[in-house]
Amino acid sequence: MPNEPAASRRVSLERGGPVVVEGPVEVVLEDGTVARSDRFAVALCTCRRSRTYPWCDTSHRRRERAPADHTPEEAGRP
Amino acid sequence: MNAPAPATTAPAPALVEGRGDVSAAVVDALRTGRPPVHDPAALLRADPWGEDLQLALHLLYELHYRGFAGVDDDREWDPDLLRLRRALETRFLHALRVDLRHAPRSVEEAFAPLLVEPVDLSGSVSRHLETDGELWQLREYAALRSLYHLKEADPHLWVVPRLTGRAKAGMVAVEYDEFGAGRAERIHARLFAGLMADLDLDTSYGAHLDRAPAVLLATVNLMSLFGLHRALRGALVGHFACVEITSSPGSRRLAAAMRRCGAGPAAEHFYAEHVEADAVHEQVVRREVVGGLLADEPELEPDVAFGCAATVLLEDRLGAHLLTAWREGRSALRATDGVTPAGS
Repeated sequence: MPNEPAASRRVSLERGGPVVVEGPVEVVLEDGTVARSDRFAVALCTCRRSRTYPWCDTSHRRRERAPADHTPEEAGRP
Repeated sequence: MNAPAPATTAPAPALVEGRGDVSAAVVDALRTGRPPVHDPAALLRADPWGEDLQLALHLLYELHYRGFAGVDDDREWDPDLLRLRRALETRFLHALRVDLRHAPRSVEEAFAPLLVEPVDLSGSVSRHLETDGELWQLREYAALRSLYHLKEADPHLWVVPRLTGRAKAGMVAVEYDEFGAGRAERIHARLFAGLMADLDLDTSYGAHLDRAPAVLLATVNLMSLFGLHRALRGALVGHFACVEITSSPGSRRLAAAMRRCGAGPAAEHFYAEHVEADAVHEQVVRREVVGGLLADEPELEPDVAFGCAATVLLEDRLGAHLLTAWREGRSALRATDGVTPAGS
């Protein structure tokens, strides 16, 4: 538990990336519907390209022609 | 996700047969309770990427996780087995360092190619499965990945006592998510067992070990190697960051593959969950875990870069193996006498 009775909620910004907000979070969308996540932190999409909007799905990443010998592959992800 | 997820805490798995002199000596030692007996020259001859060495290492590492049926739990700390493990690890680590001698030594350089989305996905397993994958290929993929996913996030937990401050807090926050955030039914290993059940695969721990080739075992051994050695804590963090950074787009393609092939709701859910979760984890791991570790111990930067590069190297090799086999219409699983491919 935080030491202070009303600890501030921390929001982290990164240029070109999502806004990371300490969870749980309710996001009120433009049409009035509410998206909810009870994760310890949530990454909110700011580029509007996410297919899981309002949550980030890394669609903000620049698309780039990789060197021929290097295609980063999903790595047995946890 | 309506069906109850199968338990992942079944009895300890059965031992498998050795694949050469060294792994046979390990199997024999575990079966008999005696020290391993092997020709020292066999150890030096064994290909560090080969079936014999990678299986021997995997069996020895498993003593730290679930062990094997009929093998005393105390063998985990048997000095003779540990000495052999150390010798195998030395060969594995040396082979990695040789193959990565030209790899970047800065974190920025190591991560940069992972933080862009490649246009050419012709070498991507997840893209193949998304666009051309067949159900039998999804089943093989799940059977092979089960060697890690049924103990998902376990190897990474060993690094926690070796971290402090931001790195520790960030690492534990992500691991908490991996372990279901206090809800057993949300433990990622259990979600993966649900995926396997959808694909009609045996969900018991270790069930597919015998069919897993060295190229897969090496990816799992890498995590255990980094996790079990405090000296390699930087590499473990680099590995973990690499996994989290690359996971989200790959998981999106795999969720699409599961949906297209009609694999089932739990199968689709496992990867869909990781799209969103790992987009968050990536941020926390890069900012807090990598950033925190390097603020505390800047001299570990080359190790973090090494852990990332090693992960990319072994995943690329696994990807090439899978795609080569599947494009030729062959099974990517290891052939064993008289046994049909996993669950088929």
